[in-house]
Amino acid sequence: MIGRDDLTNMLDMMCPMYLILSDDGVISKVGPTVQKMCGGQELKGQPFLEAFELTRPRSVERFADLLASKGGKLNLCFRDDKRTPLKGLIVALQGGAVVKLSFGISVVEAVREYQLNSSDFSSTDPAIELLYLAEANSVAMEASRQLNLRLQAAKISAEEQAYTDTLTGLKNRRAMEHVMARKSGGGMPYALMHIDLDFFKRVNDTLGHAAGDYVLQQVARVLVEETRREDTVARVGGDEFVIVFDHLTDRGRLGRIARRLIDRLEQPMRFHGESCRISASIGIAISTEQPGSDPLNLLNQADIALYAAKRAGRAGLRFYKSGMDADGLVEEPLPRMSDALPAGTRLS
Amino acid sequence: MHGLINRAIQSFVCNTYGEARWRLVTEAAGLGFTDFEAMLTYEDELTDNVMDALCIELRRDRGEILEDLGTYLVSHPAVEALRRLLRFGGETYVDFLYSLDELPGRARLAVSDLILPSLELREIGIGQFSLACGPGLPGFGSVMVGILRAMADDYGALVMLEHGGARDGAEVIAITLVESAFSEGRAFELGARAG
Repeated sequence: MIGRDDLTNMLDMMCPMYLILSDDGVISKVGPTVQKMCGGQELKGQPFLEAFELTRPRSVERFADLLASKGGKLNLCFRDDKRTPLKGLIVALQGGAVVKLSFGISVVEAVREYQLNSSDFSSTDPAIELLYLAEANSVAMEASRQLNLRLQAAKISAEEQAYTDTLTGLKNRRAMEHVMARKSGGGMPYALMHIDLDFFKRVNDTLGHAAGDYVLQQVARVLVEETRREDTVARVGGDEFVIVFDHLTDRGRLGRIARRLIDRLEQPMRFHGESCRISASIGIAISTEQPGSDPLNLLNQADIALYAAKRAGRAGLRFYKSGMDADGLVEEPLPRMSDALPAGTRLS
Repeated sequence: MHGLINRAIQSFVCNTYGEARWRLVTEAAGLGFTDFEAMLTYEDELTDNVMDALCIELRRDRGEILEDLGTYLVSHPAVEALRRLLRFGGETYVDFLYSLDELPGRARLAVSDLILPSLELREIGIGQFSLACGPGLPGFGSVMVGILRAMADDYGALVMLEHGGARDGAEVIAITLVESAFSEGRAFELGARAG
């Protein structure tokens, strides 16, 4: 038979987070680690149910009920302001009970809260290993996080440096700006076509983004097919495209290309059995007609012409001419330019 | 070689000799970059080239440099996290020595692809130990000598260490514990975290 002194000596060594209770549920012995956690407060002599708040089993009024509860499993916490969750196991003994406490998963916080050290745990308790693992894991995670941040930054900068629009395979805005920048200073004649899709938003809204993406890819295909290899075709916005025509400044030819583009883009595209119908408006600016303009100005002028085409009704094309203002309006009446304008359309 | 090991070398050189010298070493080693990533793996050859270049740059032999690396890993504030992880090995220096057997396991638990050579501690007599470092990472024994020395300071123990050289890729270190409570040592709070 183990004597009481032997029992407490054994518990001190083997599980220093324990309590011995008398048969009426009063704490009669406090394990060294539990005592440390209480600070100056004396647990000995307090009823167990007053010193601790139980969440499992929850509805225990009397100590006898606790002893009778099956399995002896307890979830509890000190009635202090830290309220660190504890796990417990209560075993009835002759003349009372022994309660073994443990932190479970809250050990990381608990060690900090109660300033515990290795000697507060039994050497076979995996608590220290758990703490080691938690710390090692956070160090390793931090290293991985740093790596991910660097990779993310590298990816963003690679994307920024990329010249291709990944959806359509056309050049992107960056590439187009690069091409334009090379033109400033050079005397090579060229024309800019600024294309904006009409009714594209409707396709996106009614048939979904997948249909919208499909349409953009088909548009890209048409633009490439209808232009020469040396022309730069770029997608510069959601449904906006710019084509740079080197050495091509003839209004007649540019007008015919634009007309053909609009005609082809207006042919219904089929996506998963659904018919997608769009059109396009086009503004054109020609470098030789605006000798004082740098590439950026010319792009702006193509934009103004595009706006004029939009105002005149969809599916139209306009050449920029001096005097068009930012609203795409011309002071003089607009000349009959092409068959792009529906009959009878007038700018107000 | 695991990035953590390469990174440890880089950190040691930068914080001890300055970044300019580290750059010289990476150039001499033909690395083509200056920063190792801790969580990537590199060809063993790169580490070898770096060590060769480092020996030439510092005009010291590899064993000495690796021993300093071991000391650095425990004592420099920049790598405080590692010192803390080692201190989880036990409350006293002897506890720590006995925890070395499971060091490779602990390392693998934290970083699953970090494979360290096996370590085996033997108690030969009172205060007399030998630590056998298994093959797989040439020079690891020298690093361990540095770690053991710095950890003794950390625990406040007084020890004598002797690297017994390499045999069949394994290295043996003789450890004599003169006094386990020689000085105050450094504090270790379980609940604190390395910044």
